Amino acid sequence: MSTAADTALQSGDDPQAPLGRVLQPGLDLSHRAILYLEDISVSFDGFKALDKLGLTIDAGELRCIIGPNGAGKTTMMDVITGKTRPDAGRVFFGQTIDLTRLSEAEIAHAGIGRKFQKPTVFEQHTVFENLELAMKADKRVRKAVFARLGSAEHDRIADTLRLIRLADTADRIAGLLSHGQKQWLEIGMLLMQEPKLLLLDEPVAGMTDEETERTAELCNTLAGRHSLVVVEHDMDFVSRIARKVTVLHEGSVLAEGPMDTVQNDPRVIEVYLGR
Amino acid sequence: MDAPPASGAPRLPGLLGPSGWLALAAFAVVLFVVFPLCNLVAPPDSAFHISAYWVTLIGKIMCYAMVALAMDLIWGYTGILSLGHGLFFALGGYAFGMYLMRQIGADGQYRVNMPDFMVFLDWKEFPWHWWMSDQFWWCALLVVGVPGLLAFVFGYFAFRSRVKGVYFSIITQALTYAAMLLFFRNATGFGGNNGFTDFKRILGIPITTPEMRMALFAITGAALIGTLLLGRYIVTSKLGRVLTAIRDAESRVMFSGYNTLWYKQFIWTLSAVICGVAGALYVPQVGIINPSEMSPANSIEIAIWVAVGGRGTLIGAVLGAGLVNGAKSWFTVAFPEYWLFFLGLLFIAVTLFMPRGVVGTLQRLRSRRP
Repeated sequence: MSTAADTALQSGDDPQAPLGRVLQPGLDLSHRAILYLEDISVSFDGFKALDKLGLTIDAGELRCIIGPNGAGKTTMMDVITGKTRPDAGRVFFGQTIDLTRLSEAEIAHAGIGRKFQKPTVFEQHTVFENLELAMKADKRVRKAVFARLGSAEHDRIADTLRLIRLADTADRIAGLLSHGQKQWLEIGMLLMQEPKLLLLDEPVAGMTDEETERTAELCNTLAGRHSLVVVEHDMDFVSRIARKVTVLHEGSVLAEGPMDTVQNDPRVIEVYLGR
Repeated sequence: MDAPPASGAPRLPGLLGPSGWLALAAFAVVLFVVFPLCNLVAPPDSAFHISAYWVTLIGKIMCYAMVALAMDLIWGYTGILSLGHGLFFALGGYAFGMYLMRQIGADGQYRVNMPDFMVFLDWKEFPWHWWMSDQFWWCALLVVGVPGLLAFVFGYFAFRSRVKGVYFSIITQALTYAAMLLFFRNATGFGGNNGFTDFKRILGIPITTPEMRMALFAITGAALIGTLLLGRYIVTSKLGRVLTAIRDAESRVMFSGYNTLWYKQFIWTLSAVICGVAGALYVPQVGIINPSEMSPANSIEIAIWVAVGGRGTLIGAVLGAGLVNGAKSWFTVAFPEYWLFFLGLLFIAVTLFMPRGVVGTLQRLRSRRP
């Protein structure tokens, strides 16, 4: 089976490729949607972080989610990945997998990878080891005791290292990487998991312009092969990768559509400028 | 450290480097050749003679070193500070102590085939938990099983509820304190505050002979080396890398698809079992086990050994246990009333000036050299 990194490395733009990639046994994509959020509500001490949020992500789609601070973007990620349980509403992965019933690890196994807002890598491990630990495998304890890396695994790690431009720093302790490199390493770790859906929380926060540029390229490469949900503040970056944009405001969807339409929506302008 | 292979693929760390194996071999020669020769063969007036005092002291410290290794696996590598490891050590000791008490047979003060404290309490038969305690294999099983089972059950509830950090430490502290109070009671059936002592035999062989003492010493040495290699295997395996990752970023580990509960359970239970074995080896050498082994201070001291030697290095744990206990045995003879002050000062000094402990500091100095 071709790996995520392999697939992403190929530059062909075959329109059928996404379906071949995302249609896998266990995940029912018969209605083309990979992720459904239906009437999700979450409140913390009376504060409604999410208020009847509804959202549908199609298989192979790259969706950008924007919104002012406190709009509920990170809480939404928490609900999808099992970190926060919603007070009400349903979250489905494909047609059949109810994410509100699964643990974080089970959700990761089902095929959802998440990049945190603050880059979270294993700081005391080398870049290579970070990717090794993230790699898709049987992750039970008894397998980890005797796990050995074969040449296929070495190749996969090498492919991902090239993709995230860290091939020269494979032996470096991850804690010594620059902020931007850590962001990439984290994305690389997600790719090693071979996820069907990638959630990226502010992937270019703290990056230089050049790094932002490269990250946009990376996202564009990944789009189509994976389904991506990108939460970002950097409008410049969003306009470079966005196909469809969802604007969150006070825990629910304010507007949804192509970037141009959304940017000219008077309600969106009010939310962003009227505060 | 080996150079990366020519293909440029970075290597994962191996079990031990050449110098590591060499040091281990030297250590084994000292334990299994030098000590027996100097203790049993060299005459007492010879300059090479090692007295029984030293054999017992080093044997005792090696038991502590095993506990320190167990602590380093759970604290240094996995980031979970247990302040109750003395409990697992004591349980292993009591489990084997039961067998030693049964081996006394009718040679006790009352000349009855029952431990003296039971006769004193006017008990006519053994309590239920002494079942089969005259069987060596059964007690050996208890040495591993009781600490292991307790740790497994306790860990399951604590880790499943995601009890972390200082809260976990406090609960383990409370656990060992509660156990100590339980064992202080005569009715518990473990000899109350006197515990077990006056051992006579193991497997029918008298316990106080020099040969028996040396045999226990050698078995302890082998157990310590085995624990060190097992620990080294674990921390260089993928399992070990996951444990360290849990220490540094547990949420990332979970979102990478690992169920961290079972990883923590595994290392926590293994750590408790190692302590149990160490306790079982400790009791026949020291000749006594009582509830004070479960006192909170004892468990805190274990953490100090590891902190002094250097967390997350394994060898640091062994070294720390040796240094602190070596100092203790000298101090408690020379200045008995100042030992606890010294221990406190040592801990503060290490925390302030050597946060990575002795071994961590040495490693750092070495890596700075060009």
